[in-house]
Amino acid sequence: MSGVDYFLPYDFSPLTVASFLLALGLYGVALLRMPAHDRPGPGRVVTFVIGVLLCYGVMQTRFDYYSQYMFFVHRGQHLVLHHLGPFLIALSNPLPVLRFWHRTLGLAGKPWLRPLAWLYRVLQHPVIAAVLFVGLIYFWLWPAVHFDAMLSRDLYWLMNWSMLLDGLLFWWLMFDPRSPANTTALGYGKRMLILALVALPQMILGAWIVFSREMVYDVYEVCGRAWPMAPETDQLLGGLLTWIPPAMMSILGILILLRRAMYSENTEPGERSISTEQSLAGDKA
Amino acid sequence: MMTRSGFCLCLASALLISACADSNVEWHGKDISGLMPELKFQLTNPEGQTVTAADSSGNVRLLYFGFTSCPDVCPTTLAKLEQAIRQLPEQAQDDITTLFVSVDPERDNPERLASYVAFFGENIVGLTGDEATLRQLSKRYRTTFGYDEPDAKGNYNVSHSSAVYIFDKTGKARLLLRPDLSAEQVGADLARLVQAQQ
Repeated sequence: MSGVDYFLPYDFSPLTVASFLLALGLYGVALLRMPAHDRPGPGRVVTFVIGVLLCYGVMQTRFDYYSQYMFFVHRGQHLVLHHLGPFLIALSNPLPVLRFWHRTLGLAGKPWLRPLAWLYRVLQHPVIAAVLFVGLIYFWLWPAVHFDAMLSRDLYWLMNWSMLLDGLLFWWLMFDPRSPANTTALGYGKRMLILALVALPQMILGAWIVFSREMVYDVYEVCGRAWPMAPETDQLLGGLLTWIPPAMMSILGILILLRRAMYSENTEPGERSISTEQSLAGDKA
Repeated sequence: MMTRSGFCLCLASALLISACADSNVEWHGKDISGLMPELKFQLTNPEGQTVTAADSSGNVRLLYFGFTSCPDVCPTTLAKLEQAIRQLPEQAQDDITTLFVSVDPERDNPERLASYVAFFGENIVGLTGDEATLRQLSKRYRTTFGYDEPDAKGNYNVSHSSAVYIFDKTGKARLLLRPDLSAEQVGADLARLVQAQQ
């Protein structure tokens, strides 16, 4: 296999490639056309692009092959799709880009958007968002469901896309750059509480996988592994990836929010939203 | 925004699918109806002829990936399948074809493949192809195979699926047999499948 093959999709999905191209394209066009004072700085642009490329990489390169036939690589894939990628995308604060397109396309007050807006508000209800975030992880890792998802191509794509979209919704709720002081954005305290609460069930699930004596996910055994590896090792590594990095990302998220909350207390109420958005550029490092 | 409603719809359908899959508990094997595509392949038999799914159409097909130098899993599985088929009435036995696909074309030459499958019964066909064809077929059935580094004598191990895929007489994917099933359980499932479409 040549080097180029590693960057080609294992299971080519035109819809996926088109979606990512569209996202990057819309972002790029908005950057060029938007007024300079709205435009995100280089740090934010790079953060956004890295987040998008990470998600693309685990879905449409050789990485996807290993994700299908090794449990621990699959956990790594979901770590990127549900946590790391959306985390970076939300942290990069693409709000000005969204606003630009909202304005350009004249979406305000369109009646067909109303059900979507309603659905968005429901999904972004703090309790629903938190339950959905953890629930999806549990749902797709439910052994019977996981078995089917790895056997069926359609379910597999559904699983990965649902993880990515839910990741985007959740981390956007967490890192919404609008200040809770003068907008309807969720308060920093609630956001930090959610981050702490969602970490717990993930740690329990990960620890349960790590300490399971028997094979919980035998689909990788049944369908053959990408390379010969002891099933116990595969499961152990997969469990660790479910357990530790998501918990660490919750903590990182809390720290970022703490910093933002402290910063917003030191600024005048009128300046808040602007300063917070600008401060985001510094959060990238 | 569009994607969000789609996502909800998808989630609901996923719940529905998994609920349906769980409701059928009568099979010993794992019910894969609707999860996998129909039987379709183009491979070569030991006589050098091209074989497709149409050649065994009208029979219940058992698809198994392996290699003839396989030390334990392949012989055990093929022997178990043979034992399961033998339990059935003679008429039913003729309605079942086992397709043994070697994923080790390098070593499994036609003679070797022919004598290997002959050892495990009559209605078993040894098939193979070039690696690209085999990769494509294994990908279709969500499985894979890999080669270990050869030892000093040139022997190497091959990782492959340990499951048997069962297709009904029309070629629809129906069951996935995990290696822990007994010959009796496999026989019972096969009997039902053969009878169902008579």
